[in-house]
Amino acid sequence: MDKIFSPKDEAELAQIITKAKSDNISLRIKGGGTRQGLGNFIKTDAILSLKNISGISLYEPDALTLVAKAGTSIKEINKLLKKEGQRLGFDPMDHRAIYHSSGEPTIGAIIAANISGSRRIIAGGARDALIGVRFINGSGEIIKNGGRVMKNVTGLDLVKLMAGSFGTLGVLSEVSLKLLPIAQRELSLIINGQSLEKAISTMSKALGSPFEITGAAFLPNEKDEAKTCLRIEGFSSQVDYRLKKLSELLVKGEKIEILEGKLHEKLWQSIRDVKTFKNSKKPLWRLSIKPSDAPAISNQLSKITAADMIFDWAGGLIWAQLQDEDNAQADAVRHIIKQFGGHATLVRGSDELREVVDVFQPEQEMVAKLSSSIRQKFDPSGILNPNLMGNFGEK
Amino acid sequence: MSTIVMPEPDQSILDRSSEIIAALKEILPHDAVIFEKSETLAYECDALVAYRCSPLAVVLPRNTQEVSAIMKTCLRLGVPVVPRGSGTSLAGGALPTKDSIILGTNRLTKVLEIDTDNRFIKVQTGVTNLSVTGAVEGDGFFYAPDPSSQLACAIAGNIAMNSGGAHCLKYGVTTNNLMGVTMVLADGEIVEIGGAHLDALGYDLLGLICGSEGQLGIVTEAYLRILAKPEGARPVLIGYDDPRTAGTCVADIIKAGILPVAIEYMDRLTIVATDKFSGAGYPDVEALLIVEVEGSDEEIDYQLNKIIKIANKLNPAELRQSNSEEESALIWKGRKSAFGAVGQIADYICLDGTVPVSQLAYVLGEIGDLSKKYDLQVANVFHAGDGNMHPLILYNANDPVELEKAEHLGADILRTCVEVGGCLTGEHGVGIEKRELMTSQYSNEDMEMQMSVKDCFDPNWLLNPAKVYPLELSESRRQNLKMGAK
Repeated sequence: MDKIFSPKDEAELAQIITKAKSDNISLRIKGGGTRQGLGNFIKTDAILSLKNISGISLYEPDALTLVAKAGTSIKEINKLLKKEGQRLGFDPMDHRAIYHSSGEPTIGAIIAANISGSRRIIAGGARDALIGVRFINGSGEIIKNGGRVMKNVTGLDLVKLMAGSFGTLGVLSEVSLKLLPIAQRELSLIINGQSLEKAISTMSKALGSPFEITGAAFLPNEKDEAKTCLRIEGFSSQVDYRLKKLSELLVKGEKIEILEGKLHEKLWQSIRDVKTFKNSKKPLWRLSIKPSDAPAISNQLSKITAADMIFDWAGGLIWAQLQDEDNAQADAVRHIIKQFGGHATLVRGSDELREVVDVFQPEQEMVAKLSSSIRQKFDPSGILNPNLMGNFGEK
Repeated sequence: MSTIVMPEPDQSILDRSSEIIAALKEILPHDAVIFEKSETLAYECDALVAYRCSPLAVVLPRNTQEVSAIMKTCLRLGVPVVPRGSGTSLAGGALPTKDSIILGTNRLTKVLEIDTDNRFIKVQTGVTNLSVTGAVEGDGFFYAPDPSSQLACAIAGNIAMNSGGAHCLKYGVTTNNLMGVTMVLADGEIVEIGGAHLDALGYDLLGLICGSEGQLGIVTEAYLRILAKPEGARPVLIGYDDPRTAGTCVADIIKAGILPVAIEYMDRLTIVATDKFSGAGYPDVEALLIVEVEGSDEEIDYQLNKIIKIANKLNPAELRQSNSEEESALIWKGRKSAFGAVGQIADYICLDGTVPVSQLAYVLGEIGDLSKKYDLQVANVFHAGDGNMHPLILYNANDPVELEKAEHLGADILRTCVEVGGCLTGEHGVGIEKRELMTSQYSNEDMEMQMSVKDCFDPNWLLNPAKVYPLELSESRRQNLKMGAK
C-alpha cells in the first residue's frame, strides 16, 4: 500500500511538499481519484490527496465569480451554483463512465487536466474560465497568480499555465472561476441520416450563424441512425425563434427530431461523457483537430482498424475507440494527425499500453525544450507527478 | 521629477552603435533599418507620452525569418530589443531605452488565411485589430476583442497586453480568442504553438504568451478565433443620482441571468465633459450606465424589458431606450468619445485597475476621497460588467510637480483596487507605469516564479527587460545580458 498524505490545509500541503523535496519522495497528486487512468502510467513513492483541502471560499453570484479549494467536489459546486441559476460554463466531462471509476471528481483535478465539455466551442474551456490560482510549487513555496476578476494582465499569466499542467508544475490549493448563467431553456435539434461530410457542413453552418449554438455533435451509429445534434439555448421565446431560424437554414428535407427536458439532458450528458464507449476497456483516443479535417482523418483512422468514433465540437473533437491494445496503432494515429495538424491523446489504455506509448503527443522540439525548462523551474527535483505528462526526459 | 525611472543605458552598447546598425543593415533590406534621429522620433514613446527616449535604432521586418535574423544578431551583440505594435500602449510597454532597438510590427500586415468554415483567421501580427474584423465581416463574422484603440492598435500589441474592450463581458479577452501563434524566441528560434484546432498541446504556452508584454518572444503570426456576427444590438441608457445605486443595478442585471455584451459606466465629470465635446445629450446625473444586448429585435426587446424592470425598481433619474440606429449611435457617441473629451479639459493618466463587481461602489467612493486629498480631479469611465475601472487622473503635463502628484494618486487608487481583491491592470499591462507597484499585488516568490518563466524563454533578458517587474528585483537578471554579450 502506498503512503498517502492528506494535508488538511494549504500550509500543511506546503510542508509536505517541502519535506518530500528534501527526502526526494515522488508524489502522485490525487483529487477524487476518478481520472487515475489519464496520463502516462507512472509509479511514485507516495500519494498526495487533496480531499481534505475542500470547501467554497467565496461565491459572488452578482459578479459571476466562485473561489473554491482544490479538493471541492464538482457535485458540491454544481449544487451551489444551480441555486443561483448559474453554472461552470465549460461544463467539464465526467470521466467515470469511460474509466469505470468511482468517487467524486474535484475542481482542482478538472483544472489541472483542463477538462471541458461540449460547450467548449462557445463558452471556452476550463482554462478560459480560470481567473486565479494558488498553488504549491515543487520547492514547497506557496504561489498565487491572477485573482478573482475577469480581466487581469498584471504580470505573467501563470493561471493559464497551471490549467492542463497535470500537477507537474505545482499542486493547486485554490482556484477562482468565472461562471455563466444557466439558460432559461434548452433543447436539441437533431437531424437524422446525414453523412459525416454533410454533418460537418451542417454544424459549421450552425456555428457560423448568429444563433449561439452551445453544442454541435455527430453520432454516426446512434440507434442505427446517424444523428447530427445541435443544442439551442436561451430565453424561452428566444429558443423558439432560434429553432425556427436554424431549421430554415439547415434542414433540407431530412428527418428531424426535437428533444427537450430529460431526454435532451441525457443526450448531451452522454456526448460530454463519451458514454458511447463506456462499456469497454478498448483504447480510446481523443483528437483535437481543425473541424473540416474530420472526414479525412476519420477515413484514415478507419484504415488502421475498425475504429468507432463520435464527433463533438462541430467535428473539432474526435473520440475514436480502436480495437486492439497495440502500440503500432498508436503510432499510426500519431502519423495521421501529423499530416493534418492538431493533436491526439490516448485517454484510455491499459497500464501496459500507456507504459510504452506517449499518452500526450510529443511536442515540436523547441516547444518541448521550453516546456521542459519550465517544469525544471517549477519543480526542480521532479517530485510532482513525474513522467505523467512525458516530454520532460523523465521517462 | 517623475517617479518612474529607467535603467541607465549601457555605455558599451552605445559605443558600438554604428557596428550594431551596420550588422542590422547587413541582414535586412535597407529600408527596414531606421536610425536617423529625425526618423526614430516617432518611436520615442507610446501612448504614455510623459516618458520618451530615442532608441538606438528601429527595425521594421516584413516576415518571421527577418525577425529571427534580427533576434540572432541582437543576441550576438547583446542589444536589448523592445517590441512595438502600433505604440498605443498606455503603460509604457513600448518605451525604448537609449541602448535598445525597437522592433516594430508595422510591416507585418498580411492576412494569411481566412477560414469561415472553421471560424478562424490567420494574420501577420502587425495588422490592426479593426482590420481583422474588416477582413471577415463581409462573411458575417467578427473578431471579438475590441479595445478602444482598435482603429490603430496591432494584434501583436493586443496579444502582448491581452487586450479586452467593451464587449469582453460576453466574449472574453484576447487570451480567449487566440488559437495559435508563430513566435520568434530571443535566440531567433521559431516556434509554432496551437493552430486551427482548440486547446493547444502540452503546457498552455499560448496562455503564457498572452499578456507577456513582449517579454517572452516576438509573435509574428496568429490564428484568431472569429465569431458569427449577432443579428443586431441595442443599448439602453440608465442614469442614477448615486453611484452606489448604479453599482447595485449592474449586480442585479447579472444576477438575473442576463449577460449583456457591454455594461459601461460614466460619472458626472465624464458626462459633462463628453456632452460638451460630442453633444450626445446625456442627462445630468451622478452615474450613467449604458447596457447593450444582442440578438434579433424580439430577443433584444425581451432582454431590454427585463433590464428596464430591474433598473426601474431602483428609481433611475433617467432611462432612455433607443428606437432606431441613430438613437443607439447617440447613446454610444458620448461614451466612445469620452477619453478624447476628458483630454480636452486637461492631460490625464488613464489607469485600468480591476475590482470585483461587488466592490465597485466602495472603490468609487475611495477614489472620490483620494481625489479630494490630492486635490486633483478624477473622471471615471469604465467597463462595469467586469469591474475593469478606468480612472482618468486630470493634471497639467507641463508641471512636473503635478505629474508626480498624479502618479502618487494613481498608485494609491491601484493599491485600493488590489486591497479589495482586484488587480493593478485589467487590460493595459504593467509596462513601466505599474512596475514598482507589483509588490502590492505579488510577493517576491510570486514574481520570482514569473521571472523564472521569462528565464526559460529569454535566458539573457534581451526582450523588453526593464518592464513589468520592479527594477531592483530584475536587476541581477538584466545584468546577464551584459555578461553574455561578446
